[in-house]
Amino acid sequence: MPNTILRQAAPAVIAGLTQFLNHEARLLDTSRFDDWLALFTEDATYWLPLEQNQRDPFETCSILYDDRTLLEARVRQYRHPRAHARTPFARTVHQVGNVMLLSEDAARGELTVGSTLVLVEYRPERQRVFGALCEHRLRAAADSWQIAAKRVDLVNAEAELDGLAILF
Amino acid sequence: MEFSNAEDLTRLVQPDRVHHSLYTDPAIFELEMDRLFGRAWLLLGHESQVRKTGDFFTTRMGREPVIVTRDADATLQVLINRCTHRGAMVCHEARGSAKQFVCAYHGWTFEPSGALRYVPVSQGYGADAAQKMAGLGLAKAPRVESYRGFIFASLAVTGPGLREFLGPLHRSFDDLVDRAPEGDLEVAGGVFKHAYNGNWKLVIENHLDGVHPAFVHSSSVFAGREAPDPGVPEKYADIAVRQMRQNGAPEQVWENIGVWTADWGHGFLGDYHSDSRLVVGLDNPVFADYRARLVARHGEVRTKEILGVTRWNTILYPGTSFMSQFRQLRIVHPLAVDRTVVYTYCFKLKGAPEQMFRDTVAFANVVNGTASWVLTDDLEVYERVQRGLTAKMPEWVYVARGAGGDIAEPDGSRRGATGTSEIFIRNQFAGWLRHMTGDIPAKAEA
Repeated sequence: MPNTILRQAAPAVIAGLTQFLNHEARLLDTSRFDDWLALFTEDATYWLPLEQNQRDPFETCSILYDDRTLLEARVRQYRHPRAHARTPFARTVHQVGNVMLLSEDAARGELTVGSTLVLVEYRPERQRVFGALCEHRLRAAADSWQIAAKRVDLVNAEAELDGLAILF
Repeated sequence: MEFSNAEDLTRLVQPDRVHHSLYTDPAIFELEMDRLFGRAWLLLGHESQVRKTGDFFTTRMGREPVIVTRDADATLQVLINRCTHRGAMVCHEARGSAKQFVCAYHGWTFEPSGALRYVPVSQGYGADAAQKMAGLGLAKAPRVESYRGFIFASLAVTGPGLREFLGPLHRSFDDLVDRAPEGDLEVAGGVFKHAYNGNWKLVIENHLDGVHPAFVHSSSVFAGREAPDPGVPEKYADIAVRQMRQNGAPEQVWENIGVWTADWGHGFLGDYHSDSRLVVGLDNPVFADYRARLVARHGEVRTKEILGVTRWNTILYPGTSFMSQFRQLRIVHPLAVDRTVVYTYCFKLKGAPEQMFRDTVAFANVVNGTASWVLTDDLEVYERVQRGLTAKMPEWVYVARGAGGDIAEPDGSRRGATGTSEIFIRNQFAGWLRHMTGDIPAKAEA
């Protein structure tokens, strides 16, 4: 029950999760993509649904739905000298907020963490701002966490959107 | 510069070059909305989006916002989405089902047929209010027709009939529908809407362009080549990896495919895909199941015919691009001379195994997704083209590859000398000129 979780979520736990999400954001904003990729488990999925309340990525299209193979391909493409949509490279700021524990699966050693994201993207002559609700499913690993699933619901996912060549 | 007469426009389209203003001049764009998007048969959607009376979806025909509905007689109607009172849009939903459209401003209420059913405070219109109201239904597209379940409309009262307009292109629609074991399609899986700061022609030209992938998509070709090889059974990522790699096919592959064109600006690529090139084909138990269902329905000979059609992208000029192998349809909406949005739809083949639609979704994500490896580089290049074309020097855009080598086919289509001929661009501009300079057909009653 959410209330139980809220009572049990010690400030230190929330602080640790917040630190983890901030760390992830920092890696993206400083173009440390290999380190970012290393945060994900081998069976991880990374998902930006196309529709509000989308239930699955298989029967409905997604702005982006990557398994580990495709996420690695995406990062590989970013570094290619003729990755036109990324040349010049976008500068970003990921502002993470409202971090809270949504649920816990003790048997699997996993937590689901909710957060909000405000992302500012700049490429020459154009700045864009995105807002999103995020959910991270985190799996305990050594003395930290790994991302087993990340879902980013853009508030304007169903809008007419210009191409997105950044990571959220 | 004044473009209203045919001579001015004709000067801008020459055998091997076109004037840059066709992509950049707002006055030409306005004329296109009137004479091209305002006359041609435009594909609006599919009957599966409006199965029952009252079902509707909204879209655009050039500048006109329209509602596609099915009325009480089950007849398809294409209504102009503008209240006949003070002009507000009467429907602001993308899709749904409605017994009536009620204007938010003063409550004028319209039936799915477009007829005006109710006007509040109607005593203000005098004793013959009812008579006045009878003539104030929503305006309609004067011509609406279906072909194999696809809904087309034209804003011109006269002009070529739909079948005449489609010409040999109807076979591309047949190809898409014939692949469904039950002979019908269903729109499903959501709608991508991607926009770019460029002229609408750029995307319509790009979809038959076999030279651009090696350059525009080199970064995703690289990413695909470095990824693990696709295998059996096929995984989610494999469709993406295959498509990314396929864009890096050697020049000889693109030279040897076919590019055909037809009257009114249409065209298609053929001899491109085979079921082994982009899917695992017969090694795939899902494909084997699918094929067995086709055979059960049509027999072996007809099934071979159906699966033997190797068309890739088809362009229905001016606003549609579609392909059968992964069941994708893209409708191009020009918003301004330098702003375009493309809506992408996916189709389920009725009677096919469920997994095939999952493949359609996976393909849509890699090629048409707003964050796709492939599409984002196309969009970036369209914007660079648009910025470059605003330059006044040189004045001309050079579209001469393969000029002079066109081959006439028995069905009236013309084939490019090789698969990389720019015949499709020259033909699109021939269609453009025909619409833009032809006799002006009567418009729908205002």
